[in-house]
Amino acid sequence: MASKRSDPVPSAAPVMPLAVKILVAGGFGVGKTTLVGAVSEIRPLRTEEMLTDRGVGVDDTSGVEQKTTTTVAMDFGRITIRDGLVLYLFGTPGQDRFWFVWDELAMGALGAVVLADTRRLADCFPSVDYFERRGLPFIVAVNCFDGAAQYRAEEVRQALDLDPGVPVVLCDVRDRESGKQVLIAFVEHVLNSLGRQRDRGLTPAR
Amino acid sequence: MTPPEDRWLDEAAGPLVRPYAMTGGRTRSKRTDLDMIAIIVTAENISVDTRRLGPEHRFIVDACRQPLSVAEIASDLDIPLGVVRILLGDLLEQGLITVGRPAPVSQLPSERVLKEVINGLQAL
Repeated sequence: MASKRSDPVPSAAPVMPLAVKILVAGGFGVGKTTLVGAVSEIRPLRTEEMLTDRGVGVDDTSGVEQKTTTTVAMDFGRITIRDGLVLYLFGTPGQDRFWFVWDELAMGALGAVVLADTRRLADCFPSVDYFERRGLPFIVAVNCFDGAAQYRAEEVRQALDLDPGVPVVLCDVRDRESGKQVLIAFVEHVLNSLGRQRDRGLTPAR
Repeated sequence: MTPPEDRWLDEAAGPLVRPYAMTGGRTRSKRTDLDMIAIIVTAENISVDTRRLGPEHRFIVDACRQPLSVAEIASDLDIPLGVVRILLGDLLEQGLITVGRPAPVSQLPSERVLKEVINGLQAL
């Protein structure tokens, strides 16, 4: 086959960009897609995953021959950092029951920004839980909606019973500059965790 | 008239959804490891006549002359990710596309890359 060449194609081949993925999680209507749209260089795109038998039930499929199909939509955006380095932002599906999609989204992700609304703080519990259990780095970004009582970051941390190492930032997801700062805070958090892990000899530096 | 969905009945498989018609009814990809942000690039020196491909396959081969992520291909084609993975699996088998950075599970980018991301965000 022509495709099975043994020598690597030299410089003529297009440079394969490096892609980095950050998830934007949080409860329904907290502003995930708004945040993605505020910082993305493209209008948020929508991709869908169709769940057939894969996401439903565990092993025993007897009695569920009537397969149902559910479509889960995920919005995502893109930021080109430089030629050959692209950052993708994926909003997690609002419905927490689609854990199968979360696992897929989390695969290879740097971690997550969990958006919180102080009027409905409990809505972000499942997201916080998920990333804590998976051991994925995350920060909590409190979207300061108009009319919502203002809380200090420290109060939100206490209410969510967060590990002291998890940053809590306040933001306005509609504002591009604010969204940028949230993402920067997140990547800095990942960088710091990497540094700490390396100091403890857990991860070989690449 | 019968709604289109109901015409795609298969006793073994149960009701099939229409997008899977593009895959010849296959619902599982051999390449389920294809991450949503895996980057697809059309191979050079394609020896297969692409006019013989289906429209979706051909779309991918044409679009990926510029590197595109799996998620973007799915979004552009407006078909579910699961279907796109099957189509990409076909194209990989025929050597028509190549995948960059396969399944980067648990492999974090280097500190240098993370710093570049921070600088890039600051410069936005």
